[in-house]
Amino acid sequence: MIAIVDYGAGNLRSVKKAFDFLGFESQFVTASTEISGAERLVLPGVGAFGAAMDKLTERGLVGSIKRWVEEDKPFLGICLGMQLLFETSSESPGVRGLSLFKGVCKRFEHDKVPQIGWNQISMMQRSNLFMGIDDGSYFYFLHGYYIAPAEADIILAETDYALRYPSVVGRGRTYAVQFHPEKSGDNGLQLLKNWVELC
Amino acid sequence: MLAKRIIPCLDVEDGRVVKGIKFKDLQDAGDPVELAAMYNEQGADELTFLDIGASYRSREIMIDVVKNVSGEVFIPLTVGGGIREVDDMRRILKAGADKIAICTAALMNPGIISEGAKILGSQCIVLSIDAKKDGDRWYAYKNGGRIKSDYDAIQWAIDVERLGAGEILLNSIDMDGTKQGYDIELTRTVSESVSIPVIASGGAGTLAQMAEAIENGKADAVLLASLLHFGEYTIRDIKNYLSNKGVPIR
Repeated sequence: MIAIVDYGAGNLRSVKKAFDFLGFESQFVTASTEISGAERLVLPGVGAFGAAMDKLTERGLVGSIKRWVEEDKPFLGICLGMQLLFETSSESPGVRGLSLFKGVCKRFEHDKVPQIGWNQISMMQRSNLFMGIDDGSYFYFLHGYYIAPAEADIILAETDYALRYPSVVGRGRTYAVQFHPEKSGDNGLQLLKNWVELC
Repeated sequence: MLAKRIIPCLDVEDGRVVKGIKFKDLQDAGDPVELAAMYNEQGADELTFLDIGASYRSREIMIDVVKNVSGEVFIPLTVGGGIREVDDMRRILKAGADKIAICTAALMNPGIISEGAKILGSQCIVLSIDAKKDGDRWYAYKNGGRIKSDYDAIQWAIDVERLGAGEILLNSIDMDGTKQGYDIELTRTVSESVSIPVIASGGAGTLAQMAEAIENGKADAVLLASLLHFGEYTIRDIKNYLSNKGVPIR
């Protein structure tokens, strides 16, 4: 079973609908006890960095998510769920993220913010996550902040939006994407399928 | 590079897609899920559904339409028409929509924008502005373009960004249905006055006009209705043309 962390922020339903469509069983989890029974964990997210960390803390989910990633169990962070893996964000100064990856989140300072729409990914490393997906494929993005990791070896793909920034990262069985695979048509569905079957 | 978006707009009444010219001579155009799947197949970047049925029943059926479409088609979905309260927005998002388009409700009560943005996030609030020129200014209109408001459309665009709107859907009442092209001056003026994306709507008749809205009007996306529904162009035709002109297209 795939557990989708529900911390009361944003529209998480579309992630579940995509898994339903692909024929994978998933359910929302709101407490750490429910996480322990899962095989895979998805941390989705729309909203602000600080508010999301508050909600995760309030529901006692921080420890179990950190443990999950530290034990290298299958994990996928989506959009804000990617940013939360890092240490801090200029969106919410003073708030500590999950700090599973070293680095920070910064706000785009050029062009229109947030970035809304379809943009390409340039693959930097081979990954099972990209199986059957062409380099340069388009995915749907919706975000005002981007990650700046301290360790370059976690970067699996990059995207251009006034500057080049990492749009897919991974280490072991922990993966995170800045775009919304659940809203990225066939490429997005393929990526989710790859994650479940190959990652 | 971020691609410019092509967004089909489907009018829905009592759960069926209808098509007509300027809301007249409406004909049944089919099932929303089938049409959504077809446009997705053609390469639509997003879909917009507008509930044009004024009744409570039509809105209730729209919720089911959203549920069904979002279970089959995995691209962003915007829903508008008759939304008056944040609670309406929440219900439509919960059914599977990604964004909500509001127009009249925001002109009547601008607070709905900030309230919606605070509770649901700016990313899901699309502010629809129906603009019409009077003298040397454009005014924002309400009630489906029938009633003039006191708001200058450009100032209104600046205001809605400040209040928390995530995108602007800009419709030129003057050009709507004319096929004479977008109101480029209006589109560019709004686009240069705000830092959120602007979707151009109203007036498209040719592929060259769509390119003009993007290149000269500085639009981030174009919304298309009858031109697609009556089969004059497919999304693929439009994208091939724009791509040849050097416009970044998915």
